[in-house]
Amino acid sequence: MPQIEIDGIPVEVEHGISIIEAADKLGIPIPRFCYHKKLSVAANCRMCLVQVEKFAKPLPACATPVSDGMKIFTRSKAAVEAQKSVMEFLLINHPLDCPICDQGGECDLQDLAVAYGSTKSRYTEEKRVVVNKNIGPLIATDMTRCIQCTRCVRFLKEVGGLMELGMINRTEHAEITAYIGKSVESELSGNIIDLCPVGALTSKPFRYSARGWELERRPAIAPHDGLGSHIEVHVKNGRVMRVVPREKESINECWLSDRDRFSYEGVNSPDRLTKPLLRRGDQWVETDWQSALEFAASRIKDTIARHGPDQIGMLISPHSTMEEGFLLKKIAKGIGCGNIDHRLRRSDYRLDGNFQGTPWLGCNLTDINQLDRILLIGSILRNEHPLLAHRFRCAVKYNEAELSLINPLGQDFLAPVAHKVITSPDGMVEMLLQVLKAVSTLERRLLCLCLPPALTRVMETVEVSETARAIAASLAGYGKTYDLISPRVGVFLGNLAQHHPRYAELYTLAEAIASLNGAVFGVLSETNNRVGLNLARAMPRRGALNARTMLEQPRKTYVLFNVEPEFDCHNGKMAADAMAAAECVIALTSYKSEALRDADVLLPIAPFTETSGTYTSMEGRVQSFAAANRPLGECRPGWKVLRVLGNLLGLEGFDYESSEQVKDEVFEGEAPSKVVWNRLNNNLRVLFDIEIRPPSMKLQRIGDIPLYQTDGTVRRAPSLQAAGKNCIGYVSMNGKDIQSAGLKPGTLVRVSQGGESVELPLRQDDRLASGCARVPLGPSTARLGDLFGEIRVEAIR
Amino acid sequence: MLSAEAIAQIDRELTKYPPEHRQSAVISALRIVQAEQGWLSQENITDVAEYLGIPPIRALEVATFYNMFELKPVGKYKITVCTNISCMLRDCASIVQHLEKRLGITFGETTPDGKFTLREGECMGCCGGAPLFHINNTDMYEFLTPEKVDEILEGLK
Repeated sequence: MPQIEIDGIPVEVEHGISIIEAADKLGIPIPRFCYHKKLSVAANCRMCLVQVEKFAKPLPACATPVSDGMKIFTRSKAAVEAQKSVMEFLLINHPLDCPICDQGGECDLQDLAVAYGSTKSRYTEEKRVVVNKNIGPLIATDMTRCIQCTRCVRFLKEVGGLMELGMINRTEHAEITAYIGKSVESELSGNIIDLCPVGALTSKPFRYSARGWELERRPAIAPHDGLGSHIEVHVKNGRVMRVVPREKESINECWLSDRDRFSYEGVNSPDRLTKPLLRRGDQWVETDWQSALEFAASRIKDTIARHGPDQIGMLISPHSTMEEGFLLKKIAKGIGCGNIDHRLRRSDYRLDGNFQGTPWLGCNLTDINQLDRILLIGSILRNEHPLLAHRFRCAVKYNEAELSLINPLGQDFLAPVAHKVITSPDGMVEMLLQVLKAVSTLERRLLCLCLPPALTRVMETVEVSETARAIAASLAGYGKTYDLISPRVGVFLGNLAQHHPRYAELYTLAEAIASLNGAVFGVLSETNNRVGLNLARAMPRRGALNARTMLEQPRKTYVLFNVEPEFDCHNGKMAADAMAAAECVIALTSYKSEALRDADVLLPIAPFTETSGTYTSMEGRVQSFAAANRPLGECRPGWKVLRVLGNLLGLEGFDYESSEQVKDEVFEGEAPSKVVWNRLNNNLRVLFDIEIRPPSMKLQRIGDIPLYQTDGTVRRAPSLQAAGKNCIGYVSMNGKDIQSAGLKPGTLVRVSQGGESVELPLRQDDRLASGCARVPLGPSTARLGDLFGEIRVEAIR
Repeated sequence: MLSAEAIAQIDRELTKYPPEHRQSAVISALRIVQAEQGWLSQENITDVAEYLGIPPIRALEVATFYNMFELKPVGKYKITVCTNISCMLRDCASIVQHLEKRLGITFGETTPDGKFTLREGECMGCCGGAPLFHINNTDMYEFLTPEKVDEILEGLK
């Protein structure tokens, strides 16, 4: 390894790294604007010039690899002079508007100008002005401030996956812009705000609302997707002003998805419930906690006395903390009610009781980057887990992984996909069966003998298609460009698969395919805490009702924990009807909501920023966090409300003084890692029987959950809603289906399901399986029926 | 939409590069389309990007970087006169003056009949033939004199 010397410190460094990386490792500061450790090297700002012995000219530290015996001086006269000259050049065209710039106080250019800049400018000519660009509702631009470091361009190209920004023109006229008339639509776009070393790209929602030094910074865990990204919540005067990522290499690196970054706006929404509300006729009446809780407790007791505890149904949002899930389960258990569930958008529960443990990702997040062969089933990954999609892209780009997708609809993966199957929901089951058959007939695999005879028999009935054979060959290691004898293989089930009406069959087949290939088998966690709530057992007792049957067989009383029935359940109409028909609905919620119109009492509970708790991410990482902010108004952390409710119901063991005590009980006094290690397991006890169904002749709905419709907080973030407005309120079908149904793209059509109908604009989407209509969940479609199921689309007469 | 001829020509260019590096043909593709259309409209640039499978902004970057690409309509004949040092020493100024007088336009302008556009160009690497200009980026005329310019322009009518 090369021996080098930086500022007189001798050090041995890895071969091939750059001077700036070596200096960063030693903690020697070198000023920089364009260099970023996660992005390619551009070397266009020239701020990192250093002096190197035996070189006549200063060299850019970011683009100069170290070599043995190199003597580097970062603070020598020549180096500092070079850096000062570069700074003078950069400041020539940079406006002196720091007092009105949002970046002021946290600006790289400002900081370095203090260190390297002159107090006076020698430049008397006119400064250049660059027209601002409108690149969407999340990012504000002040392009005159841009110093053309191109970090934003490189981020969107290399990490975002699609080059949405570029630098047009040249020399003095060079400017960063999106393509004419386009905005930046990446689901990771917010990161360019952090990357921008000046105030050219700033956060639109946060703009002009606070200065960096006024903010209190509190660590937290992101509450939306299954990664459990580390975030920092910035609070001013008791209000959350913004959320930025905390660096965590093994989870979110230094990035954050837009959903996690901007969802804090929902927390500040005027919809926030700040006082308990009781229903009096058609009116909501403010009340105090004591009477609200007593009311709730008395109604629960009343239901038990009159109808028995089985007439109570408890639904808890899969975004809740483990403590909340555990306490609600404890209450349910205490009153003898088994009907509690967090898997609200699931429609197939046939595997209940068949799991050996808690389904999880099956590997660490970082392992994804190392995979050689990937089969992803039923997932719009960029919507579901934006940063996980980035890891999959890394596997494809840097590890040359072959990715195969089996989906009912298409989304541009922004990386090469080796094999792609787009087929109807039933077709997905058959396709997996074909792949399984193809895998078991490959010569390299002799394990097929272990498959249960029932499965082997069903396998014989299908004919293996060319694509299925190609996917099987790919998983086995035969490659498009070269073969691998022992590939690292991953088979994953996404959110769409989990909402699929034949999830049990998809799961069985995926497990069988994975085990024949010796692959990692993983289930992507639908939400931030699906794994945690499963560990906390917020699920129905054996024989009791699950989230779907609780609605199919309406209960007299419902307890809703942060659930907006029609938006959060698999069948919005069924959920809304069940609530309307119930005698009593007790809603613990952070928000007032039209979806809670049938509730009898609303108990305000704290959203993620105002409560302490624990989430378990999809890779089984148990992460506890403290409240970042005081609860708004009279709202209280969910675990406290549930504790008092337990007391009022006269149940034993509800004397917790902190959420840590609850957590200790969740993990039964053991170390969380031990519990997780013992309980996470994706294997089924018995493989499920597969049924071959003839293809349905009826139109099938594909009800995906758009990026910004996942939960109540996101649905109340105005900027995210503006960014995602094109992803909701439409129905799409493929061109052939539209033609054969005699419809016209662009026109309004009537979409009916389960006795409800809405009028939606029809879009043509040829990446949709034939016989399917994509109707994403959204405000206008929430009251339709099943996310997956029969649907009618007809012209309006 | 790209014309069939343009696509055929671009395909020929593409054979010069490995199939996974279609973006390498972007300059040629833009040149081919410009030769056909006279200039590059936003639609042309989008079409080229789409055909090569690159983000449209990438094609726009290239189109805006090189000044031989025209992003606004130009005359039928675009005359680009070199005014760099060698041509300057060989009195390109008189050539420019003559052109301006004869066509009634200055650098960057187009004659009202849409026939001629005059542009100032940088060194074309043929200083041995100074002073010189080229027409529509392709036809170069060297050792210019006002008389020779007249002759060339006559030929273009």
